[in-house]
Amino acid sequence: MGRYVLRRLLQLIPVFLGTTFLIYALVWAIPQDPFAGKCGQRPCDPAYIAEMSQKLNLNDPLVIQYFKYLGNLLVGDFGTTFNGVSVGEQIATSWPITLKMGIIALIIEAVIGIVAGVLTGLRKQGFLDNLVLVSTLFLISLPVFVTGFVLRLYLGPQGFDLMDTSVSSDPTFGELILPGFVLGSLSMAYVARLTRSSIVENRRADYVRTAIAKGQPQSRVVGIHLLRNSLIPVITFLGTDLGSLMGGAIVTEGVFNINGIGGLIFRGIQEKEGIMVTGIVTLLVLVYLLMSLIVDLLYAVLDPRIRYE
Amino acid sequence: MSRSRVAWVALPAALAMTLSACGGGGGSTNATDGKDNPDGTVSIYGTEPKSTLFPANTTEAGGGKVTDSLFSRLVGYKTEDGAPYNLMADSIKSDDAKVYNIKIKQGWKFHDGTEVKAKNFVDAWNWAAYAPNAQQAASFFAPIAGFEDVHPADENAKPAKDKMSGLELVGDYEFKVTLNGPTSVFTTMIGYTPFSPMADSFFADPKAAEAKPIGNGPLKFVSRTPNALIKMERFDDYKGEDKVHFKTLDYKIYSSQETAYQDLVAGKLDFMEALPPSAKVGEKYKADLGDAVVTANLLGQSAIAFPQYIDAFKNVKLRQAVSMAINREQITKTVLAGSYVPSTSFVSPGIKGYRADTCGEYCKFNPEKAKQLFAESGFTGKLTIQSNQDGGRKEPLEAACNSIKQTLGVDCEFVGATNFGAFRQIVDGKQLTGMSRSDWSADYPSIENFLNPLYRTGGSSNDSNYSNPEVDALLKKADQTANEDEAIKIYQQAEDLIAKDLPSMPTWNEKGIGGRSKNLLDAKMSFKRQGALESFRVKA
Repeated sequence: MGRYVLRRLLQLIPVFLGTTFLIYALVWAIPQDPFAGKCGQRPCDPAYIAEMSQKLNLNDPLVIQYFKYLGNLLVGDFGTTFNGVSVGEQIATSWPITLKMGIIALIIEAVIGIVAGVLTGLRKQGFLDNLVLVSTLFLISLPVFVTGFVLRLYLGPQGFDLMDTSVSSDPTFGELILPGFVLGSLSMAYVARLTRSSIVENRRADYVRTAIAKGQPQSRVVGIHLLRNSLIPVITFLGTDLGSLMGGAIVTEGVFNINGIGGLIFRGIQEKEGIMVTGIVTLLVLVYLLMSLIVDLLYAVLDPRIRYE
Repeated sequence: MSRSRVAWVALPAALAMTLSACGGGGGSTNATDGKDNPDGTVSIYGTEPKSTLFPANTTEAGGGKVTDSLFSRLVGYKTEDGAPYNLMADSIKSDDAKVYNIKIKQGWKFHDGTEVKAKNFVDAWNWAAYAPNAQQAASFFAPIAGFEDVHPADENAKPAKDKMSGLELVGDYEFKVTLNGPTSVFTTMIGYTPFSPMADSFFADPKAAEAKPIGNGPLKFVSRTPNALIKMERFDDYKGEDKVHFKTLDYKIYSSQETAYQDLVAGKLDFMEALPPSAKVGEKYKADLGDAVVTANLLGQSAIAFPQYIDAFKNVKLRQAVSMAINREQITKTVLAGSYVPSTSFVSPGIKGYRADTCGEYCKFNPEKAKQLFAESGFTGKLTIQSNQDGGRKEPLEAACNSIKQTLGVDCEFVGATNFGAFRQIVDGKQLTGMSRSDWSADYPSIENFLNPLYRTGGSSNDSNYSNPEVDALLKKADQTANEDEAIKIYQQAEDLIAKDLPSMPTWNEKGIGGRSKNLLDAKMSFKRQGALESFRVKA
């Protein structure tokens, strides 16, 4: 087990190098002059362009630029953006907010999704099953921004006045519950459906019939035997979902004016600030990798037949 | 994805559109004294500054409104009409508009407690103009003698000196500015943000000042959370007449104008100088805000340029025909929902020297004459209008195209670039293949600033690549005329010549529409599309 984890952690290094280079090259390849439009209606002063290019290493060939970037990264320097604010500082303010929102979304989608999935999986074709079917279909077909705007309109000051129209600059957990719900709503529907089909499938499995035949109470059959085995695909989904929840929250962040990393990436791409995009995407890649490692380890907990050596 | 995505994309365009100046207007504002809370807090809509917070580096709205609150210059502009008045300057004297003797008021302080002296101006201007310091607005110092030495035209050349010979200290509170040639607009220009003074501590450690700017303005910097909040506080030692009447100012950074507007309506945000397109549809903002709508004349001019490097546009009849084929009245009323008015001149209304109808019949919708001129021009083929398509730029131009199509029976198509940067890259690289949007927002309130950058040969924003030696000569003559009124007359002559040539057609002028929350008793907006902070009164 320990060796397995160590091996997986060591694998992070080449993946880290590969992704950072790829992202850096991709941003570098965007066919837009980073100084176009930066100085308004008039082109930037040539001296300004020359100095800033020098400062941001824009004149070097791609590979040299990348290694300079990497060198700085190793000593903890993420670089600075055009407006002189360090990328590290920007990530440090935005990251915890996004992480908070991502975790809230994950909890909401996991709890509601799994409960709905289990209930409907056990009572197929009942009223509840149809209700969940229709409502998940509804959620899946709604774009996130619609959910966001509608909820903001009805729960905000113009509706039931349960929340503010936007969150503060350093939002608390409470403020992020609604945005988290919006963010997780789509995945919540998927989780419910995934759990349901998994439960339906496993209900006919031999070990469940054995458990029932042994005379075990219903709660134990479902809670221990059935659920644990049925959760494997769900956990896989949830694990990788945290990464996409964090990186893909641009729309939700925009609706509620949350200072998160989705917005940072978007602005980085817009302004062609490679270091900003690379910095954040690298962190996201690490989140993905760590989450998939955790998911793999959870498999062994859920299903005793799985062993890592 | 649409709404919030659109707003996201709109930001850079909106930012780059508006430059900034305004320190404030003169005198105290009306009758709310007594009822307001002098220690209140005001929150204003902001966008993340795109450059470091040095006055000479913030040429876009997000950073400009921050540095404008932090710094005061020799000259301020009145909120209502942009007329310049002496703010920090005690007197500005010149006999020939070439050599200026400037005395500054005594007793003014920087936020760190040191006194503002003439040397702070001289040093700051030299620093900003010095090429290796890479300030975006360095070229604004070009009229000063010796600029070439600190900022050579060739970007790879090393500057010979780090001080301009045209700046000379006379005493602690007096300095002399010598220009390359007479420039009558200089006294207006020095109210623009890059001409701010800098504290001594700044020159010792510019890097530290980057994180915590020290100014001499009505507000002092407190703290900043990138992408979220810039906090300021009233500077109690401030001597200027544009003092503020509240204690704390929060620039709240929004990624979406739409969300900011919701906050404004809900009272979570106190002031916005621009409203999102959705609020303007059907004049919804009037119902939402009632008497809290804030309006202002802006220094903007929307136009469509005919690039002269495209052969077809060398024909003046075609240019006139196209201009007369656009129903400006209808487009501003319908597509633009009344937030713009048709433009009839090359200068924005409210500017000293503005005359209505300088464009004459060519900016009026006249289908018959347009058809006739078009037939005479002999043009065949397809017309296009290029612009960035985000930020609501696409719709009015598509409408203009339709108007041209219907009137002239010629094919017309809108060609969109994804964002402002991509669009400007095409324009600056002279790669346009058709007409292009050419909107201008003036840096300082002067007729000069509407003509020189746009219509002079090689002007910094001469999108149509227009060149007329007669116009150049007149503009040069006007620049060098010491008497302001006479200078304006010559500028107007140049404008008339431009109107004849029609290198770009004025389309519409934006009405500045913003809003305040119910927490504010009073708030005005300046011609530079900024809150006039000295007019803000917080409800007690």
